[in-house]
Amino acid sequence: MKLLSCKEVTRLVSQRQDRALAIGERVALRLHFAICEGCRNVNAQIDFLRRAVRRLSERGDEENR
Amino acid sequence: MAADFRSQIENQRAYLLRYASMQLRNPDAAEDVVQETLLAALAGEAGFAGRSNLRTWLTGILKHKIVDAIRRASREHAVEAGDPDADAGEFDPLFDERGHWREAPDAWESPDRALEQTQFLAALQKCLEGLPARTAEAFMMREHLGLETGEICKELGVTSTHCWVLLYRARMALRQCLEASWFGASRAKRT
Repeated sequence: MKLLSCKEVTRLVSQRQDRALAIGERVALRLHFAICEGCRNVNAQIDFLRRAVRRLSERGDEENR
Repeated sequence: MAADFRSQIENQRAYLLRYASMQLRNPDAAEDVVQETLLAALAGEAGFAGRSNLRTWLTGILKHKIVDAIRRASREHAVEAGDPDADAGEFDPLFDERGHWREAPDAWESPDRALEQTQFLAALQKCLEGLPARTAEAFMMREHLGLETGEICKELGVTSTHCWVLLYRARMALRQCLEASWFGASRAKRT
Protein backbone atom coordinates (compact mmCIF):
# COMPACT_ATOMS: atom_id res chain seq x y z
CA MET A 1 0.00 0.00 0.00
CA LYS A 2 1.11 3.50 -0.83
CA LEU A 3 2.05 5.62 2.14
CA LEU A 4 0.42 9.01 2.19
CA SER A 5 2.22 12.29 2.72
CA CYS A 6 0.78 14.82 5.17
CA LYS A 7 -0.29 16.98 2.26
CA GLU A 8 -2.29 14.13 0.76
CA VAL A 9 -3.73 13.32 4.17
CA THR A 10 -5.09 16.84 4.62
CA ARG A 11 -6.92 16.52 1.30
CA LEU A 12 -8.48 13.21 2.28
CA VAL A 13 -9.42 14.55 5.69
CA SER A 14 -11.38 17.29 3.96
CA GLN A 15 -12.92 14.97 1.35
CA ARG A 16 -14.04 12.64 4.09
CA GLN A 17 -16.56 15.35 5.03
CA ASP A 18 -17.99 15.27 1.52
CA ARG A 19 -17.81 11.74 0.15
CA ALA A 20 -17.49 8.15 1.35
CA LEU A 21 -13.79 7.24 1.25
CA ALA A 22 -12.72 3.94 -0.29
CA ILE A 23 -11.59 1.27 2.12
CA GLY A 24 -7.98 1.66 0.97
CA GLU A 25 -8.12 5.39 1.68
CA ARG A 26 -9.54 4.80 5.14
CA VAL A 27 -6.84 2.28 6.01
CA ALA A 28 -4.12 4.55 4.67
CA LEU A 29 -5.45 7.41 6.80
CA ARG A 30 -5.54 5.28 9.93
CA LEU A 31 -1.96 4.13 9.37
CA HIS A 32 -0.84 7.69 8.89
CA PHE A 33 -2.64 8.99 11.98
CA ALA A 34 -0.93 6.30 14.04
CA ILE A 35 2.44 7.90 13.39
CA CYS A 36 1.65 11.57 12.76
CA GLU A 37 0.41 13.85 15.49
CA GLY A 38 0.18 16.93 13.25
CA CYS A 39 -2.29 15.21 10.94
CA ARG A 40 -4.28 13.87 13.89
CA ASN A 41 -4.61 17.42 15.13
CA VAL A 42 -5.71 18.74 11.77
CA ASN A 43 -8.22 15.91 11.46
CA ALA A 44 -9.80 16.86 14.78
CA GLN A 45 -9.81 20.52 13.78
CA ILE A 46 -11.55 19.89 10.47
CA ASP A 47 -14.18 17.83 12.28
CA PHE A 48 -14.58 20.69 14.71
CA LEU A 49 -15.13 23.21 11.90
CA ARG A 50 -18.31 21.44 10.93
CA ARG A 51 -19.67 21.67 14.48
CA ALA A 52 -18.59 25.29 14.75
CA VAL A 53 -20.36 26.41 11.58
CA ARG A 54 -23.46 24.50 12.65
CA ARG A 55 -23.36 26.38 15.94
CA LEU A 56 -23.17 29.65 14.06
CA SER A 57 -26.11 28.64 11.86
CA GLU A 58 -28.24 27.78 14.87
CA ARG A 59 -27.39 30.89 16.77
CA GLY A 60 -29.83 33.06 14.82
CA ASP A 61 -32.44 30.65 16.05
CA GLU A 62 -31.85 31.34 19.72
CA GLU A 63 -31.51 35.10 19.40
CA ASN A 64 -34.87 35.33 17.77
CA ARG A 65 -36.86 33.17 20.14
CA MET B 1 -56.99 34.21 9.77
CA ALA B 2 -55.06 35.28 6.70
CA ALA B 3 -53.95 38.46 8.48
CA ASP B 4 -52.86 36.39 11.44
CA PHE B 5 -50.80 34.10 9.23
CA ARG B 6 -49.28 37.11 7.54
CA SER B 7 -48.10 38.58 10.84
CA GLN B 8 -46.74 35.24 12.04
CA ILE B 9 -44.70 35.02 8.86
CA GLU B 10 -43.58 38.61 9.17
CA ASN B 11 -42.27 37.81 12.67
CA GLN B 12 -39.77 35.41 11.11
CA ARG B 13 -38.31 37.98 8.75
CA ALA B 14 -35.32 38.92 10.91
CA TYR B 15 -34.38 35.29 11.43
CA LEU B 16 -34.70 34.48 7.74
CA LEU B 17 -32.59 37.48 6.85
CA ARG B 18 -29.81 36.35 9.17
CA TYR B 19 -30.01 32.88 7.72
CA ALA B 20 -29.81 34.16 4.14
CA SER B 21 -27.01 36.60 4.98
CA MET B 22 -24.77 33.79 6.14
CA GLN B 23 -24.87 32.37 2.64
CA LEU B 24 -25.28 35.42 0.39
CA ARG B 25 -22.74 38.17 0.91
CA ASN B 26 -24.69 40.78 -0.96
CA PRO B 27 -27.28 42.30 1.45
CA ASP B 28 -29.64 43.16 -1.42
CA ALA B 29 -29.57 39.57 -2.63
CA ALA B 30 -30.35 38.37 0.90
CA GLU B 31 -33.28 40.82 1.16
CA ASP B 32 -34.56 39.64 -2.20
CA VAL B 33 -34.61 35.94 -1.35
CA VAL B 34 -36.32 36.64 1.98
CA GLN B 35 -38.95 38.74 0.24
CA GLU B 36 -39.52 35.98 -2.33
CA THR B 37 -39.80 33.48 0.50
CA LEU B 38 -42.40 35.49 2.38
CA LEU B 39 -44.47 35.95 -0.78
CA ALA B 40 -44.23 32.27 -1.64
CA ALA B 41 -45.25 31.39 1.93
CA LEU B 42 -48.32 33.66 1.76
CA ALA B 43 -49.31 32.17 -1.57
CA GLY B 44 -48.76 28.67 -0.25
CA GLU B 45 -50.36 28.93 3.16
CA ALA B 46 -52.24 25.69 2.49
CA GLY B 47 -48.89 23.90 2.20
CA PHE B 48 -48.17 24.77 5.80
CA ALA B 49 -51.43 23.45 7.21
CA GLY B 50 -50.79 20.65 9.64
CA ARG B 51 -47.06 21.22 9.92
CA SER B 52 -45.80 21.92 13.38
CA ASN B 53 -43.05 24.46 12.93
CA LEU B 54 -43.48 27.61 10.88
CA ARG B 55 -39.79 28.53 11.04
CA THR B 56 -38.69 25.14 9.75
CA TRP B 57 -41.18 25.35 6.92
CA LEU B 58 -40.07 28.86 5.98
CA THR B 59 -36.40 27.92 6.16
CA GLY B 60 -37.10 25.07 3.74
CA ILE B 61 -38.60 27.51 1.23
CA LEU B 62 -35.77 29.98 1.83
CA LYS B 63 -33.10 27.35 1.08
CA HIS B 64 -34.64 26.76 -2.34
CA LYS B 65 -34.76 30.47 -3.03
CA ILE B 66 -31.10 30.85 -2.00
CA VAL B 67 -30.02 28.02 -4.27
CA ASP B 68 -31.99 29.59 -7.13
CA ALA B 69 -30.21 32.89 -6.54
CA ILE B 70 -26.80 31.20 -6.53
CA ARG B 71 -27.66 29.35 -9.73
CA ARG B 72 -28.67 32.58 -11.46
CA ALA B 73 -25.49 34.30 -10.31
CA SER B 74 -23.20 31.48 -11.44
CA ARG B 75 -24.83 31.50 -14.87
CA GLU B 76 -23.82 35.11 -15.17
CA HIS B 77 -20.27 34.28 -14.15
CA ALA B 78 -20.10 31.14 -16.26
CA VAL B 79 -17.55 32.72 -18.60
CA GLU B 80 -14.95 32.99 -15.86
CA ALA B 81 -15.64 29.50 -14.55
CA GLY B 82 -12.24 28.10 -15.52
CA ASP B 83 -10.44 28.91 -12.27
CA PRO B 84 -6.70 29.18 -12.79
CA ASP B 85 -5.99 28.33 -9.15
CA ALA B 86 -8.12 25.21 -8.98
CA ASP B 87 -5.41 23.17 -7.24
CA ALA B 88 -5.26 24.97 -3.87
CA GLY B 89 -1.49 25.40 -4.31
CA GLU B 90 -1.53 28.23 -1.78
CA PHE B 91 -1.13 25.64 1.00
CA ASP B 92 1.98 24.07 -0.54
CA PRO B 93 4.33 26.19 1.59
CA LEU B 94 3.04 24.38 4.68
CA PHE B 95 4.74 21.22 3.42
CA ASP B 96 8.27 20.27 2.42
CA GLU B 97 9.15 18.72 -0.95
CA ARG B 98 8.14 15.27 0.33
CA GLY B 99 4.74 16.58 1.42
CA HIS B 100 5.48 16.51 5.17
CA TRP B 101 4.63 19.35 7.54
CA ARG B 102 7.34 21.95 7.82
CA GLU B 103 5.84 22.77 11.17
CA ALA B 104 3.38 20.20 12.53
CA PRO B 105 0.07 21.75 13.65
CA ASP B 106 -0.58 21.81 17.39
CA ALA B 107 -3.77 20.57 19.00
CA TRP B 108 -6.53 23.01 19.91
CA GLU B 109 -7.34 23.27 23.58
CA SER B 110 -10.98 22.31 24.44
CA PRO B 111 -12.40 23.62 21.17
CA ASP B 112 -15.96 22.66 22.08
CA ARG B 113 -15.90 24.99 25.04
CA ALA B 114 -15.15 27.81 22.59
CA LEU B 115 -18.48 27.11 20.89
CA GLU B 116 -20.24 28.56 23.93
CA GLN B 117 -18.36 31.84 23.67
CA THR B 118 -19.85 34.70 21.70
CA GLN B 119 -16.38 36.10 20.99
CA PHE B 120 -15.30 32.83 19.44
CA LEU B 121 -18.32 32.79 17.14
CA ALA B 122 -17.49 36.36 16.16
CA ALA B 123 -13.92 35.26 15.35
CA LEU B 124 -15.28 32.41 13.25
CA GLN B 125 -17.60 34.80 11.44
CA LYS B 126 -14.66 37.04 10.69
CA CYS B 127 -12.65 34.11 9.31
CA LEU B 128 -15.57 33.16 7.07
CA GLU B 129 -15.77 36.71 5.76
CA GLY B 130 -12.08 36.52 4.87
CA LEU B 131 -12.56 33.60 2.48
CA PRO B 132 -12.55 34.27 -1.27
CA ALA B 133 -16.14 34.66 -2.52
CA ARG B 134 -16.47 31.45 -4.47
CA THR B 135 -14.70 29.38 -1.84
CA ALA B 136 -17.00 30.74 0.85
CA GLU B 137 -20.01 30.13 -1.33
CA ALA B 138 -19.21 26.44 -1.85
CA PHE B 139 -18.30 25.93 1.81
CA MET B 140 -21.47 27.56 3.15
CA MET B 141 -23.61 25.63 0.68
CA ARG B 142 -22.10 22.51 2.18
CA GLU B 143 -22.03 23.40 5.87
CA HIS B 144 -24.76 26.01 6.30
CA LEU B 145 -27.37 24.90 3.75
CA GLY B 146 -26.33 21.26 4.20
CA LEU B 147 -26.27 20.44 0.48
CA GLU B 148 -24.49 17.38 -0.91
CA THR B 149 -21.32 17.97 -2.92
CA GLY B 150 -22.96 16.76 -6.15
CA GLU B 151 -25.64 19.40 -5.88
CA ILE B 152 -23.11 22.13 -5.06
CA CYS B 153 -21.01 21.30 -8.12
CA LYS B 154 -24.09 21.33 -10.30
CA GLU B 155 -25.30 24.71 -9.06
CA LEU B 156 -21.86 26.28 -9.35
CA GLY B 157 -21.25 24.62 -12.70
CA VAL B 158 -17.90 23.04 -11.75
CA THR B 159 -16.53 19.50 -11.70
CA SER B 160 -16.66 17.47 -8.51
CA THR B 161 -12.87 17.58 -8.27
CA HIS B 162 -12.98 21.35 -8.38
CA CYS B 163 -15.71 21.30 -5.75
CA TRP B 164 -13.52 19.28 -3.39
CA VAL B 165 -10.70 21.72 -3.97
CA LEU B 166 -12.94 24.65 -3.05
CA LEU B 167 -14.05 22.90 0.13
CA TYR B 168 -10.48 21.87 0.98
CA ARG B 169 -9.31 25.43 0.49
CA ALA B 170 -12.09 26.75 2.73
CA ARG B 171 -11.33 24.31 5.54
CA MET B 172 -7.58 24.80 5.43
CA ALA B 173 -7.97 28.58 5.36
CA LEU B 174 -10.46 28.57 8.25
CA ARG B 175 -8.19 26.27 10.24
CA GLN B 176 -5.28 28.64 9.76
CA CYS B 177 -7.40 31.67 10.52
CA LEU B 178 -8.78 30.23 13.77
CA GLU B 179 -5.31 29.06 14.78
CA ALA B 180 -4.02 32.59 14.29
CA SER B 181 -6.95 34.54 15.74
CA TRP B 182 -8.09 32.24 18.54
CA PHE B 183 -6.47 28.95 19.46
CA GLY B 184 -2.86 29.98 18.90
CA ALA B 185 -3.45 33.14 20.91
CA SER B 186 -4.87 31.30 23.93
CA ARG B 187 -1.99 28.82 23.77
CA ALA B 188 0.52 31.66 23.81
CA LYS B 189 -1.21 33.23 26.82
CA ARG B 190 -0.86 30.04 28.83
CA THR B 191 2.82 29.40 28.22
